[in-house]
Amino acid sequence: MTALSAAARPGDKSSAWRLSDRLGLAFAWALGLLFCALTVSIILYFLIEGLRYLSIHLLTTNPKAGFTESQTGGFLDPLLGTVILAAMSMAIALPAGIGVAVWLSEFARPRALARVAESTIEMLAGAPSVVLALFGLLLFQSPVLGFLSQTTQGVVLGLSFFAAASILSLIALPLVVANVREGLQAIPSHVREASYAVGKTKIATTRRVLLPAARPNVITGAMLGVGRVIGDTAVVLILLGTSLTFQSAGGFLGLLRGQGTALTSYIYNNAPSGELNQPQKAYAAAFVLIVIILALNLVVELAGRRARRMRWG
Amino acid sequence: MEDATLQEGAPRWSDDQRAEFSLGTLVCVVVGLLLAMLVFVFREAWPSFSHNGLSWFGSGGGLVDKQITRIFQSGDYHGAGGYVYTFHAWPLIWSTILITAGAVAIAFVCSLFIAVFIVEFAPLPMQRVLQPVIRLLASVPSVIYGLLGVLVVVPFLNNHVITNSEKASVSPTISLSGYGLITAILILTVMISPVMVAVFADGLRAVPRNWIEGSWALGVNRWRSFWKVAVKTARPALVAGAVLATARGLGESVMLSMVSGGIGFAPKPWDGLIFLFEPSEPLASSILQYQDQRTSPPMESTLFAIAAVLLFSAVLLSLAGWAAKQPMKRYGVVA
Repeated sequence: MTALSAAARPGDKSSAWRLSDRLGLAFAWALGLLFCALTVSIILYFLIEGLRYLSIHLLTTNPKAGFTESQTGGFLDPLLGTVILAAMSMAIALPAGIGVAVWLSEFARPRALARVAESTIEMLAGAPSVVLALFGLLLFQSPVLGFLSQTTQGVVLGLSFFAAASILSLIALPLVVANVREGLQAIPSHVREASYAVGKTKIATTRRVLLPAARPNVITGAMLGVGRVIGDTAVVLILLGTSLTFQSAGGFLGLLRGQGTALTSYIYNNAPSGELNQPQKAYAAAFVLIVIILALNLVVELAGRRARRMRWG
Repeated sequence: MEDATLQEGAPRWSDDQRAEFSLGTLVCVVVGLLLAMLVFVFREAWPSFSHNGLSWFGSGGGLVDKQITRIFQSGDYHGAGGYVYTFHAWPLIWSTILITAGAVAIAFVCSLFIAVFIVEFAPLPMQRVLQPVIRLLASVPSVIYGLLGVLVVVPFLNNHVITNSEKASVSPTISLSGYGLITAILILTVMISPVMVAVFADGLRAVPRNWIEGSWALGVNRWRSFWKVAVKTARPALVAGAVLATARGLGESVMLSMVSGGIGFAPKPWDGLIFLFEPSEPLASSILQYQDQRTSPPMESTLFAIAAVLLFSAVLLSLAGWAAKQPMKRYGVVA
């Protein structure tokens, strides 16, 4: 490929360039190095500070009200809350996202609807998450959806895991759709035609041939979606409430219908700008969050390599 | 027997038709939900807009925080005195404009150079490092960036950069403590650069290789060729990236509510250098800050009005970003 032999222009040494061009190249190098240094230092900073304050005790106890940082417990519930949120919202976003992507790339039949759907998804990707959260409040405070959250004195609270997870799934949806669609479109048409030629229907082809072939892209989309869901704070603050622990109404469903807490809102409230102001706890929780994000990134990276190896043609 | 009756009645659908129908329904549901969101948000926001008219976007009416308190308290006495909707959001809008424009301007220059570097000039090992680094930077949650700002940047500015005389000069109205414009701009720059770099790099990669090589053949050096040919061709991608990043910056609420100062104060450029340290509050983070007051009906309407402004600008921007990419397709460059 020509792109790889980018350096191939014999006799063109940067030392012979005009000064302004040389300065430009130097600036590009400096910025590249600066960004690497910045990222490494952000990650290292949180890993080191976090390890100083993290203990097994923090991971196994629940937040309590208290006066000093030694009294206020750990963040077991926030951590579980993050896991529950990620699982629930991906359970919605992944099938829905794959469905929308398959429809867009394989069917897309009234062209007008396809165009509307495409721009709607684009719009969803650009919509601020606070706005989505406020919309979620409107949706889940309506009496029709009252069974998904708790009700006090006839007023639907609208704050629950169900509410937060459904809105978070809207945030993850565009990422899943974009990645799956990209994967499906990269598959050349002769693959589809080969499958039709042996008598497979379109949907069987999609399920048995296309989606398995696009699996690295599905994984990438899912992991990026999980990363977005885990990292989102605004939706959690608005739709999950600001309680310290889970407010369960009893049973697992009661837990999901109750208010809760997640790592991001825990960090937000424990930062010096928040209501609780316990920087040590915030560092430790940020450490856990960053480790999760790093792991997700690793998966994305590996899936991307797999996809590149499987490239068609 | 049963089969025959089925076929006599409604025509039986094949697997494909069934799949197409159910997937189409799913798409319609998603689209409908989002259109419903637009309608509902604007409907809830309507009282606030209709009471204020265009002065909603204007300045005056006293401090934003006092206006908010008045609106909130008017919701407590139902009927008596009526609801107060008077709201002049200019300080919040001004803060949003300043922070977003500042961050996008800095990020644009940085991202352009980095994208050019990644696509053309970085040696292979450097490319292999930079790409995951940019992706990682994009996936760090905003609350972590906020925490970084609060724990590192703010104390640094407070202790080492802002002098006591500067603090004293504005102490009657606001306090300079490091929570302010420059902190917000710097961190937002780091947050939106990855988005820009990704869009820019895609655009630059899509430029046909032989166009650049044609420039080489004329004896133009690599830097100049790339800059004059590839970057110029990829201009639509540059616009698209900038627009998408602007949308992202407008919608950023969590990090900004942590570091921007949280006071509805409009920073004044004529204050000189202090201007950069002045606290403010952008639109998105004000929703986060006041969302616990939504029990009061006029306050809820005000919150939705802010949300409607944000949503409207974000939708416009994402449509503009999509439209900006179109010219590249016209001359056969698909980004």
